[in-house]
Amino acid sequence: MSASPRKTTRRSSAQPVVVPPEKLLQQYRMMLLIRRFEEKAGQLYGMGLIGGFCHLYIGQEAVVTGLQALGQANDAVITSYRDHGHMLACGMDPKGVMAELTGRATGYSRGKGGSMHMFSREKNFFGGHGIVAAQVPIGTGLAFAQKYRAEDAITFCYLGDGAVNQGQVYESFNMAALWGLPVVYVIENNKYGMGTSVERASSNVELFRRGQAYGIPGMQIDGMDVVHVQQQASAIIADVRAGKGPCVLEMQTYRYRGHSMSDPAKYRSKEEVSRMRQEHDPIDHAKTLLLATGIVDEAGLKDIDREIKAIVGEAADFAQSSAEPDAAELFTDVLLEA
Amino acid sequence: MPITVLLPALSPTMTDGKIARWLVKEGDVVTSGTVLAEVETDKATMEIECVDDGVLGKILVQAGDTAVPVNTPIALILEEGEDASALDATPNAPVASPAPLEPADEPVSAAVIAPLPVSSAAVAVGALDSNNPLDITRTAFVSSDPVTEPEAPFAKVTHMTVREALRDAMAEEMRRDKDVFLMGEEVAQYNGAYKVSQGLLDEFGAARVIDTPITEMGFTGLGVGAAMSGLKPIIEFMTFNFSMQAIDHIINSAAKTLYMSGGQLGTPIVFRGPNGSAARVGAQHSQCYASWYAHCPGLKVVSPYSAADAKGLLKAAIRDPNPVVFLENELLYGQSFDVPDDPDYIVPLGRAAIRRAGSHVTLTAFSRMVGVALAAAEELAKDGIEAEVIDLRTLRPLDLPTIVHSVKKTNHIVSIEEGWPYAGIGSEILALISEYAFDWLDAPPLRVTGKDIPLPYAVNLEKMSLPDVADIVTVVKTVCAR
Repeated sequence: MSASPRKTTRRSSAQPVVVPPEKLLQQYRMMLLIRRFEEKAGQLYGMGLIGGFCHLYIGQEAVVTGLQALGQANDAVITSYRDHGHMLACGMDPKGVMAELTGRATGYSRGKGGSMHMFSREKNFFGGHGIVAAQVPIGTGLAFAQKYRAEDAITFCYLGDGAVNQGQVYESFNMAALWGLPVVYVIENNKYGMGTSVERASSNVELFRRGQAYGIPGMQIDGMDVVHVQQQASAIIADVRAGKGPCVLEMQTYRYRGHSMSDPAKYRSKEEVSRMRQEHDPIDHAKTLLLATGIVDEAGLKDIDREIKAIVGEAADFAQSSAEPDAAELFTDVLLEA
Repeated sequence: MPITVLLPALSPTMTDGKIARWLVKEGDVVTSGTVLAEVETDKATMEIECVDDGVLGKILVQAGDTAVPVNTPIALILEEGEDASALDATPNAPVASPAPLEPADEPVSAAVIAPLPVSSAAVAVGALDSNNPLDITRTAFVSSDPVTEPEAPFAKVTHMTVREALRDAMAEEMRRDKDVFLMGEEVAQYNGAYKVSQGLLDEFGAARVIDTPITEMGFTGLGVGAAMSGLKPIIEFMTFNFSMQAIDHIINSAAKTLYMSGGQLGTPIVFRGPNGSAARVGAQHSQCYASWYAHCPGLKVVSPYSAADAKGLLKAAIRDPNPVVFLENELLYGQSFDVPDDPDYIVPLGRAAIRRAGSHVTLTAFSRMVGVALAAAEELAKDGIEAEVIDLRTLRPLDLPTIVHSVKKTNHIVSIEEGWPYAGIGSEILALISEYAFDWLDAPPLRVTGKDIPLPYAVNLEKMSLPDVADIVTVVKTVCAR
């Protein structure tokens, strides 16, 4: 993957951020939490405890972790159905997320949403959307509301490389640019929309150019490197925060697992997957960087590993021991009292 | 203690599988992500990955074994520091004792498919029981309010058009609440394609009266997002025909999110604009969406007739914390009615109105068809048939108690709408009457609807397609055996 950014516009003179070792250590922990959480979710799915659709984020951890490091607590975040990593990165409780996956009353949606439909008003996480690209106009609306209320906040609106060919993405780009809305469109290009490679789906595979017709600056970033994500995205996001309108970030990333749990992933070679895992793994890379700084040693990393495993184990226990929703919940939350 | 690897379910329907081959052997170091084996499922051959670090201690199920049930222990992994002696101590039972996999297709409960075994009289309107499988109205698609009482005459009124009443409703609510804004095509500088938003840009400015590009899916989704963060958008469709471009956001994004979020995320938004046929605009611009939207839980659906209702219901819709689909009618915009001067005049959602009292037959109608039904009632009166005309006003939740109460008096019902017959509003009303007032009916209930065709352009064909006074008179006389 290319380390040098490709852009459609260079308009900022802001200096890229420096990521101090303490911050990197926090980010390493977050990426590891997402990885271990997703592995556990896959395991519970295999045991029949999680049903239906379950889309894992394994391999893509540096994208949301790096961008959240550039966010403020009152920024809004919205994404598609591959959403567990985003929820954890927004600070949502792993127990509540896992319990929603198992369909329990203690889940974030009280068991009524499932893997693809979770929200947290408290953490400004607006889902969790199951229809490809529907979150893009909705996210644009979150940014509209931020501007309407003159809030000091922006919206991170995530979409996949599959979503970029939906018409509503461009309806949103047009309005966001027209009205100067504070929204960062993050295209997580993991190379495959379900089983269709980007090359087979997109006439132009340079997805960072997708906002060009609307005057939206775009940038392609190595999304497998959490430090690069922050260094390369910081200036363009600062511009969005400064009221200069939306931007498009194409994060070059890779999902190790299938599209969903029941995907045998025959559309790509084993060599391709193992090469990405061995040469570009975001967690291994962060580990190497951390060891080089001296802030932590191998034994310290083992401790972190054990800690994360305990958090995830606790979440899994909670998700299995919590009660199913009460039957009375069937008819609640359809409408609010007027 | 060694970690037990279980045969995972690799699809929602997999109950057993075959280990096609092992890709590791006993003694191999494995880490999280190591592919352990290939498994043939009911659909495909899938790889299973290790989620732990250690050494593969023992393979419990050999390659080639078929019909291995999901959750069977298939291997043991030795953790760091463990040696092979630990294997002997391990029972061949899953460590996490997982719940057995439920069969994918649950048997359908007999109560659901069995015919209603009791008289419809057993299901009393007004006492809806959410746990009674006989009572299909167990969420909120019918109102549980008592029968709507006739309204008192308005004290002080102004005669105004439906168009002006809608404009006043929006203006008053925008004055009252700065979170309310209007967005749509031509709503601002053009003052509305049908001049419903006349003067609003001047009063409220471009930040709250917003011209959009022609981009229904985009601005509808954007409005839903704004509503999710607490604003109260009024989204105008130039006509509801164009809402088909945006229907995913109305239903999947607006109507379902409150439920899917366990009650966290409401969507206080109004989708409004003219619905149904106008005049000579052809099939693509002449469709009634009442039954489309009324079908969906999570929405409220309103369709007023008079100017007073247009105003009072739109104000209620804007204040309602739920998504409301507000179906207007272009042919009514220029009609004038008395509207109360009271700026707090609100018509609650879910309440019908009896526009004309009568004892021989109940006519239900909404929007423009209320006027046609009233005209038909006058014709019928000449023949001694006194029709009670119910203006439904809200289609979801439906004021079923008021309809049932009327039918118990008249013993006859005819539903009138300009939309298509199949799975229409009339279909639903007739079904509900069969369930809740069957024993009071003296004749089969009937419908008057638009014809089951795309609306034609030619003036004569168009006229034949839509219900008129003569159609209603004919059907009512059939029901009343005259």
